[in-house]
Amino acid sequence: MDILSLLPPWLLTHGVALLVVLPLLAGAAMAVIPRERIAWTITFMVMLICMLCALTLALQVIDQGRLSYKMGGWEPPYGIEYVVDALSAPVLLLISAMAVICLFYASPSVKAEVEPKKRAAFYGAFLICAAGLLGMVVTGDAFNVFVFLEVSSISTYVLVAMGHSRDRRALRAAYDYLILGSIGATFFVIGIGFLYMETGTLNMADMSNILDGLDGGSRVAQVGFAFIVIGLGLKLAMFPLHMWLPGAYAHAPSFVTIFLASTATKAALYLLLRFAFTIFDLSFDYVVTILSQFVLVLAVVGMVFASIQAIFQTDVRRVLAFSSIAQVGYILLGLSFLTLSGLTASYVHLINHAFIKGGLFLAVGAMWYRFGITRVADFRGLSKTMPWTMSAFTISGLSLIGVPLTAGFVSKLQLATAAWERGYGWAVGVILFSSILALVYIGRILRVAYFETPPQINGVEVLKNEAPLIMLIPMWILAILSIVIGINAGWVVDAAGRAAELLIPTQMIGRGL
Amino acid sequence: MNEHGILRVVSKLLIPFIAIFAFYVQFHGDYGPGGGFQAGVILAASVILYALIFGLEAAKSAVPPSWVRFGMAMGVFLYGGTGVATWLLGGEFLNYSVFTPDHPSHGQHYGILLVELGVLLAVASVMLAIFYAFGSRPVNHPGED
Repeated sequence: MDILSLLPPWLLTHGVALLVVLPLLAGAAMAVIPRERIAWTITFMVMLICMLCALTLALQVIDQGRLSYKMGGWEPPYGIEYVVDALSAPVLLLISAMAVICLFYASPSVKAEVEPKKRAAFYGAFLICAAGLLGMVVTGDAFNVFVFLEVSSISTYVLVAMGHSRDRRALRAAYDYLILGSIGATFFVIGIGFLYMETGTLNMADMSNILDGLDGGSRVAQVGFAFIVIGLGLKLAMFPLHMWLPGAYAHAPSFVTIFLASTATKAALYLLLRFAFTIFDLSFDYVVTILSQFVLVLAVVGMVFASIQAIFQTDVRRVLAFSSIAQVGYILLGLSFLTLSGLTASYVHLINHAFIKGGLFLAVGAMWYRFGITRVADFRGLSKTMPWTMSAFTISGLSLIGVPLTAGFVSKLQLATAAWERGYGWAVGVILFSSILALVYIGRILRVAYFETPPQINGVEVLKNEAPLIMLIPMWILAILSIVIGINAGWVVDAAGRAAELLIPTQMIGRGL
Repeated sequence: MNEHGILRVVSKLLIPFIAIFAFYVQFHGDYGPGGGFQAGVILAASVILYALIFGLEAAKSAVPPSWVRFGMAMGVFLYGGTGVATWLLGGEFLNYSVFTPDHPSHGQHYGILLVELGVLLAVASVMLAIFYAFGSRPVNHPGED
């Protein structure tokens, strides 16, 4: 890699830690910075550096394979180890890139939605949330995962509650999320506790080795696995554990919704992959059973049921939130096939869905910014009053449905192929059915926007009032990205393929089928 | 508050000792049970006791909320700054051995002392911030409690 030789060697060695330390320290600095403008600038610079850092790490991983960083100079497994490999590098890049894209959009949107006194602190909470999410993905220590999970969750509760100056229901939503999120985190840490009890280590790689030596017979590890799956299931909004998600997405400030929808559940999904396939693996019968039966059923029910619920929502953000739960179902479905192609599809959809849902929420946020729109019925004539925003929404919407030449099509085709290879012909049918439901809930919005006339105020049609350029840029970046992936998905599928190979090493292929 | 004579006298006597005990726990944390977190809680408790007996306003004039806000950030900076210093000296993040390359164990000692001081500051400030936040809530619904 030529680019790597141009970068300072310090960054190549310490970039792994910088990725987490920088936003964490900058987040603390926001507590003493009163000026909103300065706070935004610092936040933007920090996340930009993080994105470049994540990019460097991704290149390094392609070049050298697994990277390891000894926190405090203590050798793993005794000290905390930070690890970047083919599985985590794309997620790190995704989180930091989405943060940068959202931040473009933040300055007008935060001005409109958050109280002036709290704006600097708002950026502080956002930075800490980003640090938590990045930390969850980068750490190679099971307990450290819990710490960062809590760091990101607690700052998320604060961010959601900040929506209260726009919508009082944000407080209730944040409280629901707080209770359910804490239960999830508790389950997760109980699971970690059981694993620690059984293996005597917290380092993931070490834990995996020791668990392999236990010959699958450890009841304690089995219980630990169940706790971890439930705890992470709550965090990633696996079907019956999703109750916190619609409220949190619908009432948070739009900037927060965009960031959460495209990163928070993705980081939790990453952890599920990490725990189920690399710490535990498919040589354990109970892992196979839980993933290929329990998770499979929940994924399918979630895909259909959440999509149907999305059709009956009146609030646009709730439509998209229920759609997110259905999309998590797609990702879990791919995971439950326990094949390389299934995991590749699952990982591709994890990345694509972040771009798609980010784009949709960006457009909806801009519509609220201009016209105060929240309900589907308010979309009347938006194709005429906000043509650019509405076309970005349309492209991302079509991508969500899975129209050819969009990112959504790529991931659904991958998933359907994987289902067919696995011998689950019926799953192809479920994917099609769920896509038709997506067509209904997105089509319903598009119909109102394109075929109804703009509303009239005192007998005069509402005039064209496009979103500011700084909001249009990020949503078009994501819309164009959707099409680019739709036309040439090679790079995403390759990255996903490398991640899948890491999750199911050669000797595990075919286990549990 | 004038009627609670015993409480006022006893707490006035106790508060300095509670604060000193916090620092004992802090600095003895190297050799015995203790450390920044416990010390921070004890230090904050001394201020909270003062607030309980002499009123929130008195406590706020002794330890102003702006200091508390500053202390929260400073604590994190002291901790993180130690890590950044080890970076600048060429080691891993928080690898204190680089402070004194000849005697790595001395470096570890200095490092942990700085970090724990950061923890003390952050924990004490956060405890007070939470107490002030709840204590300063306006009572809007007199009938409800």
